[in-house]
Amino acid sequence: MELSDLDTIFEDRGAEPFDIMEALHDIQSACGYLPEEALRRVSATFDVPLIEVFRLANFYKAFSLEPRGRHLLTVCAGTACHVRGAPRLLDEVTGQLQIAPGETTEDMAFTLETVNCLGACALSPVVVIDGIYHDHMTPAKLRTMLAEVRVADRETTERAAIAGAVEVVANA
Amino acid sequence: MPRLTSPEALSELRDNLLLDLASRPSRITISGGTCGEASGALSVVKAVRSQLEAAGLTGKVHVRVTGCQGYCQQEPLVIVEPLDALYCKVTDDDVAEIVSESLVGGRVVKRLCYVDERSGQTTTSAAELPFFVKQDRELIGRNRFIDPCNITDYIAAGGYSALVKVLTSMQPEAVIKEIELSGLRGRGGGGYPTSRKWTQCRQAPGDTRYVICNADEGDPGAYMDRGLLEGNPHSIIEGMLIGAYTVGATKGYVYVRNEYPLAVANTRLAIQQAQELGLLGDDILGTGFSFDVKVARGGGAFICGESTALMASLEGQVGEPRPKDVHTVERGYLDQPTLLNNVETWANVPGIMLKGSAWFAAKGTEKSKGTKIFSLTGHVKNTGLVEVEMGTSLREIVFDIGGGQQNGKAIKAVQTGGPSGGCLPASLFDLPVDYEALSSAGSMMGSGGMVVMDSSACMVDVAKYFLKFLQEESCGKCTPCRLGTDRMLEILTDITEGRGRMEQLETLKDLAWTMSVGSLCALGKTAPNPVLSTLRYFADEYEAHIKEQRCPAGVCTALFMFDIDPDLCTMCGSCAEACPHGAICEDDAYRIVPELCQRCGICVETCPSEAISRN
Repeated sequence: MELSDLDTIFEDRGAEPFDIMEALHDIQSACGYLPEEALRRVSATFDVPLIEVFRLANFYKAFSLEPRGRHLLTVCAGTACHVRGAPRLLDEVTGQLQIAPGETTEDMAFTLETVNCLGACALSPVVVIDGIYHDHMTPAKLRTMLAEVRVADRETTERAAIAGAVEVVANA
Repeated sequence: MPRLTSPEALSELRDNLLLDLASRPSRITISGGTCGEASGALSVVKAVRSQLEAAGLTGKVHVRVTGCQGYCQQEPLVIVEPLDALYCKVTDDDVAEIVSESLVGGRVVKRLCYVDERSGQTTTSAAELPFFVKQDRELIGRNRFIDPCNITDYIAAGGYSALVKVLTSMQPEAVIKEIELSGLRGRGGGGYPTSRKWTQCRQAPGDTRYVICNADEGDPGAYMDRGLLEGNPHSIIEGMLIGAYTVGATKGYVYVRNEYPLAVANTRLAIQQAQELGLLGDDILGTGFSFDVKVARGGGAFICGESTALMASLEGQVGEPRPKDVHTVERGYLDQPTLLNNVETWANVPGIMLKGSAWFAAKGTEKSKGTKIFSLTGHVKNTGLVEVEMGTSLREIVFDIGGGQQNGKAIKAVQTGGPSGGCLPASLFDLPVDYEALSSAGSMMGSGGMVVMDSSACMVDVAKYFLKFLQEESCGKCTPCRLGTDRMLEILTDITEGRGRMEQLETLKDLAWTMSVGSLCALGKTAPNPVLSTLRYFADEYEAHIKEQRCPAGVCTALFMFDIDPDLCTMCGSCAEACPHGAICEDDAYRIVPELCQRCGICVETCPSEAISRN
């Protein structure tokens, strides 16, 4: 994602005070996090001191100042999910990936997050992997899914690496 | 569709839509919504469309994709008309049979119908579904007839006629009188009389007035507002239009959680369609009244459900509350008079205007009128959105509608009101859902979360869960809340990890008092409720943790270890394979390494010969 690609995010923004939040949301979903350069642009566009922009980015959980992994894993920590075993799902993920909520694996494959409640309580416990909701999760199901994502991820990154190498050779 | 410029044009459109619907009596309704989609509704919809095409029925059968119909447990639900057949947990593979048997052949596919576990009885129609029959589904029941992505369904179902009635025949004072007589109170949790809020906002001096829909449904375990916004967004817009006309506002906002992507999308689309038809914008239906709405996404901060924090967030600031010595109805958003109501409150307004206050007030108890939606979740057989008349007992909700216990474990409590509410024991299940009755029992109505807990839930752990939640979500502005939640969490952690002392229970009560009188906003004032209510009704569980270092439910991991019984172990190795922490090693026999074990209990569930148990 090039920063110039963010231009559309700033179009028609500024009429409402909450447009600054809307812009941050859009940058977050476009980049997966809020890069510093983007925050500088937000500051300039909305004429808000940079420190205030950082304050918003820090205060609201929806925003991340760190780059996130290629796959986002969200474990719902709502009450219904909690009493139906969400802590064990977290156990499974932290054990498998060796990261705590909010962290990203070293190979940038996974970011683990918890959310207060997704409002899908009747299907609890719920885990969202890359935007897809998975209901009535168990540690065993989660383990299988993680393995599947890992395999798919490896294939994609390998393919990308090969494509990159081919390009280098072609350019040489 | 052309812009509607008069009330007559709207009723003409409605007549045409009704004629069109009547000309296509053959209909298949699939419930979508977040729950439906998670259960595969979208691929069922795709299968339906392709099967209809294969059968040459495209265009002849009306396919309607709705929002959540409430029985989330049985999603995706499919209803076939005119047969009125209801099918549960439908998969793509079932679709061909539904089309050939039910739509073409007019026969019910029995194997897809709901079967009651206890009586063994099969229910073929939605009208007879036990889960629905015992409810009063005034609001949530309408979702069945509405495709939220198409305004025509809402209009055909009588939508925006309450607005027409108000704009053409009622003065603002008459609207407020009607709301007052109805007895409607805020559905967000506080239960403040809606008419009083509207009066105060109307009378407050100011140049510009605003109307806000609070859809920052932050209570974990509650999703009534999501169900309404996703399934019937126009009912909320219509309510806001009536509110805006009454207080004299021209601009409104729906502040909705970003964690509800479908609700955000459906509300935005609904606003756009209402604008295109001239139901939002300038000179609505030629009456001279102008009003417009925008959607603002929240940032994942629980505190923004509090009105002053929400308005600060809407102003592009961090969501910190301010003292309410001057109420937001006088000086709210941008310091102007602002009328803020919860999603469900707004959704109730059109019905009251159309059917009258007496109709609404006839339902409920002396001080709590109408119906209330609850999200019934946790350790209960039927989970989903439940709408009942106020005054219905918790027992009826949990047992008659919810179907009672789930896995043979006795139900011991129900948690209402989210982090601001409390846990009520099974001995109080005859309590009616009524603002005052629930408050006096130490819980509260709240926005409508209802989490059922059986013997596998530890009430000290539940209290700690909420305190951890509140400690993280406290904005930190005022000391009682910032430090109070911190200290309470520390004590509860001590207790759940076997370091608790009996005198700490008194400290908890002390802290609770300080927080309830000293905190700036409702988050801090009500934060002690989960602790106080569990202390009041489940003191024995606290004592077991403190005096015996024992967690009766076996939830608090610091208080037990797992053991593998070598006599029962068949050496299959499945536990070692399943353990996410690599804590099971194989010497001569399988053994758990205490230093590595996180007590998640996954091994216990994996072991086929029940050789692993707690000690």
